[in-house]
Amino acid sequence: MSFPWSKEYKPSHPLMTWLDERLPLPRLVYNAVGGGYEVPRNLNYFWNFGFLAGFCLVIQIVTGVVLAMHYGGDTSVAFNSTEHIMRDVNWGWMLRYGHANGAAAFFAVIYLHIFRGFYYGSYKAPREMIWLLGVVIFLLMMATAFLGYVLPWGQMSYWAAQVITGLFGAIPGIGEPLKEWLLGGFAPGNATLNRFFSLHFLLPFVILGVVILHIWSLHIPGSSNPTGVEVKSQSDTVPFHPYYTGKDGWTVGLFMLIYSVFVFYMPNVLGHPDNYIPANPMQTPAHIVPEWYFWPFYAILRSFTQNFLFFDAKLLGVMAMFAAILIWFFLPWLDKSPVRSATYRPLYRKFFWVLVVDVLVLGYLGGAPAEQPYVLASQLATMYYFLHFLVIVPIVSSIERPDPLPFSITESVLGHDGAAKLAKD
Amino acid sequence: MIRIFSILVGLFFTAAVSWSLLWDTIQLGKDGLPKSAAHEFGKAYDLKPLKLASDGPFGKFDKQQLKRGLEVYAGVCASCHSLQQVAYRSLVHAGFTGAEVKALAAKATINAKDPLTGELKDRPGLPADKFPPVVYAGIGSPPDLSLITKARQGGAAYVYSLLTGYEASQPAELIERFPDAKLKPDSGLHYNPYFANLNIAMAPPLASDDLVTYSDGTKASKDQMAQDVSAFLVWTAEPELDQRHQTGAWWVLFMLFATVLGYMSYRNIWAEKKGH
Repeated sequence: MSFPWSKEYKPSHPLMTWLDERLPLPRLVYNAVGGGYEVPRNLNYFWNFGFLAGFCLVIQIVTGVVLAMHYGGDTSVAFNSTEHIMRDVNWGWMLRYGHANGAAAFFAVIYLHIFRGFYYGSYKAPREMIWLLGVVIFLLMMATAFLGYVLPWGQMSYWAAQVITGLFGAIPGIGEPLKEWLLGGFAPGNATLNRFFSLHFLLPFVILGVVILHIWSLHIPGSSNPTGVEVKSQSDTVPFHPYYTGKDGWTVGLFMLIYSVFVFYMPNVLGHPDNYIPANPMQTPAHIVPEWYFWPFYAILRSFTQNFLFFDAKLLGVMAMFAAILIWFFLPWLDKSPVRSATYRPLYRKFFWVLVVDVLVLGYLGGAPAEQPYVLASQLATMYYFLHFLVIVPIVSSIERPDPLPFSITESVLGHDGAAKLAKD
Repeated sequence: MIRIFSILVGLFFTAAVSWSLLWDTIQLGKDGLPKSAAHEFGKAYDLKPLKLASDGPFGKFDKQQLKRGLEVYAGVCASCHSLQQVAYRSLVHAGFTGAEVKALAAKATINAKDPLTGELKDRPGLPADKFPPVVYAGIGSPPDLSLITKARQGGAAYVYSLLTGYEASQPAELIERFPDAKLKPDSGLHYNPYFANLNIAMAPPLASDDLVTYSDGTKASKDQMAQDVSAFLVWTAEPELDQRHQTGAWWVLFMLFATVLGYMSYRNIWAEKKGH
C-alpha cells in the first residue's frame, strides 16, 4: 500500500535514472519488497511464512529444472533414471532429496501460512482477493506435488496415479471416459507418465504467475497485522527494507537449518518405503497412502463408506474431499465478524484451536490403514471439519461479542502511554 | 443467503458422513475390531536392534564390514537375488581396490551385444557393468536387493531381523487362534514373524555357520553374516551416505553461523523500533 508517508524511489545513479524512465523495474521492486513498501510494525513470526513459501518455490524450481535434465520420463527408464540421479549424477542425491523434502517443506510452510490466515482473519475485506488467489495456489501446489510423486515410477507412484485418477471415475456418466482421457489409457502407463512429467514441469510456472498476482493484490490494501486494526499513522508502519528483509532473512536461515537436517540426515523419513520398489501393475501394495501433506484430505475421502440418498459412497468421498478445500473460497463471506484477529474473538478462538486439533487428527488418520477404529474416528473428525467452516463460523460470527480492540497498531506495541508520548514528540 | 446455503451444504455432508458412521458402528458391533494372525503375531514393528557404523548423523561405513557383506551376498544371496542398480566400479567406494573390482567383475557373466557382430553374447563383466539380472528358474525373479533397505520399513534392522528371525514352526497359539492360517506341509512357505504376512517363500538363507569364508579371518557365525550383509545392503541402497553425512555437517555448521549473524543484524535493525 502506498501511504502518504511511503518513500519514493530515487535512482542513485544516472544509469538507474535512464532505466527508470524507460523500464521502471527497479522502482517496481523498490515498491514491492524494498524501502517503498510500508508494513505494520507489529507483525509476529507467523507473518514470515509467505516469504518462506516463495523461497520454497524457488528451491523447487531450481532443483527441479536440474533434475529434469537427468530424468527420463518413460516407464521403461523412469525408475532407473531416478537411481541414476542418486548414484551417478554429481550431487544428484542432494538435488533429489532436496526436491522431495523441499516439497514437504513447502507444504509445511504453506499450512502454517493458511492457518495464520484462519486465526488472524486475513481473508476478510479488503483482502478477499489475496485469499482467493492463495487458495488457487494451494490447489495448484497439490496438483503439482501429486504429478511429481508419480514421476519416479515406484509402487506408490503408480498406485497413487491409479487412485487419484480413479476419483474422477466416480463422477456419474462421464467418469469412466474422463478417467481414460486423463490417463491416456485404461490404466496408468507410458502416456500417463509422459503427460504427468510435462504438466509437472509446467505447473510450477503457473504457480509463480499466480504468486505474482497474490503479491500484487496484497500491495493494494497492504499487509494485515496481528491486531487486525488498520494502519492509521506513520508510527504504525516501518519500511519493508531493511526491517522485514532483515527479519525474513534470518528466518530463512532458521528454515534452511531444519530443512537441511531432513535433506542430509533423514531424507527418507517422510517418504514411503514402497516407492523404492519399481512400479508393478500386477501387485497392489498392502496400504496405499499418499505423502503426509495429503493425509487430512485422504482421511475425509475415506470417511464416506455408505451410499446416501441417491449419492454413491465413492462419489460422496470425492465431493467431500474437493469441497474440503473449495469451501475456503467462500470463507470471506461466511465469516461476517468485523473483527479480524482471533485475539479479540474469544469464542471463535476456541473453535479455531478445535479445528487445529481436528486437522492434525485427520492427518494422523489419513496415514493409518483403512480399517477400524480409524474409520470411525475419521468420520467424527470429518463431521467437525465441515461443521466448523460451514455452520460454526457463520453462526459464531453473528452471535459473538468481541473483546475491545486496541486504538492503533502503535498503541498495541508501545502501550497507551508510549503511543501518546510518541505522538507528542 | 450465502450463509444459509453454506449451513445447508454443511449439514448435508454431516448427514452423509453420519450415515456412514451409523452403519460402520453397527458393523463394528457385529464384527469387532479386525483381527489377523499378522496383526497379533507379526513383529514388523518390533525389530531386533542392529547397530551399524553408518548409523546416526556422524555415521560412516565400516569398509571392512562392507567387504565381508559383499562376500556373504556373493556366496549366499546372489544365487537368487540381483543387485542391478549397483555398478562394479562403485565398489571402490566400499573399500575395494581397482584390481579387486576388475577381478570381481570378471567373475560375472554379462549378456551383451557384441559390437563387432551385433549378436547377444556372454562375456566376462567389466567394472563399468552393473550386477547382472538373476532369474530363478521356474519362479521368476526374487526381489532385487539394491534398494531393499530403503524399500522396507525398518531398513537394515528389518533385513537383519528377517535373516535371523526364522522359527522352526508356527507357534501353537497362532494355530489354535487362527486355524485357517496353519501352513500345509507342502506349501513351501517358512514361518518368519518379521515378514509382512508371517510366511515367506525364501528358505532360511543363513541356516548354518561358515557358509562363507571371510577373507579377513572373521568367524562367519550366522549372526555375523546377517549383520555384515545388512550393512552391505545399506551401502548398496545409499552409496552416498558418507558424502551426505560429511557435507551435511559442514553445511549445517555454515547455516548455523549465517543464521546467528542474520539474527544479530535483525536485532540491530529493529533495536529502536521495539519500544522496550
